[in-house]
Amino acid sequence: MELIFAIFIGLLYACGVFLLLRRSIVKVILGVFVLSNATNLIIFLAGGIKRSGSAFIPEGAETIDPAVISDPLPQALILTAIVIGLGIAAYILALKYRYFEETGTHDLDQLSKTDRK
Amino acid sequence: MIKYLPHLIGFLFIAGLMVPLLYPILKAKLGLFLSLIPLTILIVLFSALAGLTPESLYLLPSSWGLLPEMNFGFRIDGLSLIFGLLISGIGFFIVLYAAWYMSKYERQGHFFTYLMLFMASMTGLVFSDNLLVLFIFWELTSVTSFLLIGFDHHLAKSRQAALQSLLITGLGGLCLLFAVIMIGQVAGTYEISLLIERGIHLGDHPKYRLIFVLLLLAVLTKSAQFPFHFWLPGAMQAPTPVSAYLHSETMVNAGVFLLMRIHPVVGGTMEWKYMLMLTGVITMFLGAFFSMGQRDLKRILAFTTISALGTMVLLIGIDTPQSMKAALVFFIVHGLYKGGLFMVAGIVDKSTGTRDIYLLSKLFKPLPFTSIAAVFALISMAGLPPMLGFIGKELVYDAQIQLPGMSWLLLPLGVGANIMMVAISITIFTEVFSPFGKSDPIKVKYREKDFPWYFLGGPIVLALAGLMLGLMPGMLDTLIANALYAAKNQLLDVNLSLWHGFNDVLLLSLFTVVSGIVVFIFRRSLNVHIGRLIDWFDKYHLPTLFAKGTKIYVDRAYKRTQIIQHGYHRFYLLTFFIVTGLLIVAQVNWDFLSVMPDGGYTPLRINLVLLLVVASLAVIFAVFSRSRLSAILAMGVVGYAVAILYLMYGAIDLAITQFLAETVIMVLFVMVILYLPKFAVLSTRNSRIRDWIISLSIGTLVTFVVLHARFINLYEPISVYFIKNSLTMAHGRNIVNVILVDFRALDTLGEITVLTLAAMGVYSLFRFKVKKNKSKKEL
Repeated sequence: MELIFAIFIGLLYACGVFLLLRRSIVKVILGVFVLSNATNLIIFLAGGIKRSGSAFIPEGAETIDPAVISDPLPQALILTAIVIGLGIAAYILALKYRYFEETGTHDLDQLSKTDRK
Repeated sequence: MIKYLPHLIGFLFIAGLMVPLLYPILKAKLGLFLSLIPLTILIVLFSALAGLTPESLYLLPSSWGLLPEMNFGFRIDGLSLIFGLLISGIGFFIVLYAAWYMSKYERQGHFFTYLMLFMASMTGLVFSDNLLVLFIFWELTSVTSFLLIGFDHHLAKSRQAALQSLLITGLGGLCLLFAVIMIGQVAGTYEISLLIERGIHLGDHPKYRLIFVLLLLAVLTKSAQFPFHFWLPGAMQAPTPVSAYLHSETMVNAGVFLLMRIHPVVGGTMEWKYMLMLTGVITMFLGAFFSMGQRDLKRILAFTTISALGTMVLLIGIDTPQSMKAALVFFIVHGLYKGGLFMVAGIVDKSTGTRDIYLLSKLFKPLPFTSIAAVFALISMAGLPPMLGFIGKELVYDAQIQLPGMSWLLLPLGVGANIMMVAISITIFTEVFSPFGKSDPIKVKYREKDFPWYFLGGPIVLALAGLMLGLMPGMLDTLIANALYAAKNQLLDVNLSLWHGFNDVLLLSLFTVVSGIVVFIFRRSLNVHIGRLIDWFDKYHLPTLFAKGTKIYVDRAYKRTQIIQHGYHRFYLLTFFIVTGLLIVAQVNWDFLSVMPDGGYTPLRINLVLLLVVASLAVIFAVFSRSRLSAILAMGVVGYAVAILYLMYGAIDLAITQFLAETVIMVLFVMVILYLPKFAVLSTRNSRIRDWIISLSIGTLVTFVVLHARFINLYEPISVYFIKNSLTMAHGRNIVNVILVDFRALDTLGEITVLTLAAMGVYSLFRFKVKKNKSKKEL
């Protein structure tokens, strides 16, 4: 299963990188989303997928055996990442909207002129 | 009392930095207030004179330093006292002078900040006992000088002159740093007192030549010696108080000071003598020569300053006790008359609105006291009795005559330079101040009585000081003997006097004066020739060449930068991916078997494999889709598939968040997409193939990295701690949530901050648009 996961992540990365290298800004943004999902999955996989119990302490018990639940720490990290990803998505979309309104283009090559005199 | 000197220097720094706070309270009184600090330093230094003997040395060691080898120790001997007295004494009058001179300027506060910082650095430079500390102060003077030259930064000329001086003195500063470090490495200490005490002399060291050349470059750039002299006339763009202070007697003399200070360690060799004599004599003669052809009073003075600096370097190069003595006396002489003359030039400028000596005339009537002060200073510059300048010049001649072997070259050039000094002094007097003559008096805006006392005081007091020292030069004996002891490390009897009896030197002086008068009489026809020569020189004009050189350099650098900073977003990313990919390639273990985990892979789950296949198809579809909407929907499919994955592995919170976030992103995307153009094929086929190769390789590499990463366990996971203590310590059963809000609560705070910032960003992006639309409508 890990192998399939890794190949899936690799595929997501390949697609994400390809999208990032496009000139159209919409595709670049899609690429960012793909990459953020893929990266979350890497962290998730690092926590291990052998155990699949929910990270809850059942009613009445003081604690739970770590061997039966999936690792809670990567989950916490990913949760943070997803939420931040959402913030970035909202911001990047607003930025793109404004950028298109200002420049009238969605071709990133047109932006290269800002670096020149 | 002298032991408070370091505090006073620190106080100067603080005062400079406090100016922005003081200025609104004191306004025009600021200069008067600030002048109290150099006055205090002057008094403190005078107090140190009382106990001075030819051999005395007062060290103020300090255990405090930036680095172990860099103690802020101070050294009070004759040499530092001579320089320190002039810096604080003239500094006092300059601050007073600037208080009125700058009163019409807008950014007066800035000016006094820079001036105070400069004064502090310069005082620190001459008193520091550590070569590294000396270097820091040296650089600080360059930087403050840059700020002051470019003070009128709305003028392109000022900016250019400031940059030019900074580049040249900065180059010298770098050389000094290297030289100082090498001296420290060779000698094993950076303390000047230790270097002298141990009698270290580097003359025979194999690296001596390199050290000497680096030191020489530092001195030549700082003290405006040929061929670096040209920044000094450019520096006249600064307000006059700055020219009077930095660019005639303090900062430009730092090179001369360094030569004397470092003389016991590196001086006296053949290289030292010949290089210094050569540059000194060229600079001395050229400076005097070029000053003849100038019209602007400040430029004339700048070129005579160059000449004077050349004289001092020459004298140090001659390196006999007489010449060193002459250099020290000449430094005092020059400081007194040149400071006064520059201040006079400023007064004339304020009073008439011009500094052109051929427009000015008959200023004696409106400016009587200033004119008298100017006359005294000019007499000193010409080297005539009874001013101290006479003694200075006699000593210079004496040193030049007594030099065996070289005097045939030095003496004619030295006498020639002095003849021109005499001629210039007479020219300035007749053209500007003399009440006699046919020309009409120039109209003046201000008369002397319109100026406050502190604006006029400086030149008068300096002229009187020159006169008094000329009449009673014995006052300087002990001080100069001590300075000589510090610079040459040998004890000499110093007996200055105005009258030396009839001898060769006096005859030379007489000859100089007579020739000077002759040159003055024929100055008009001479000036034509000099003007032609200057025009010829202008073809190879050093400032222009320098400006061209820097421009070519900047242009080249710009083009080179364009190659790297080309502005194409995707090529930046391409570079990044290729470099990262190559780095990974170098690290990945290509042995496929080692990728296998110890316990083998977990068994396949058919439903999940199907899910991943669907998601893979969706992402591929998203990449190739021509429709924006279907691409976004396909992305949504990927997002939801990932959410289901989380769910299947028991990460319930993750699944919920992922579902929500993915939905919100999709909604946002769809909302925005309406306002955006359709996809278009912008790239060529070849570039797509290239991008595919790169991205597929990256994907493959990532797969390998993920597999590697999965089976590396460097440390025991800390999750066990969270699981065990979730209920007992944090009273929560949902372990993921407990981690977020309790164990790692600060991370979550950071996350909230990021979200807030993003929200504010989105808000301002939209708000900005509304405003702009309004203004468009109004238009």
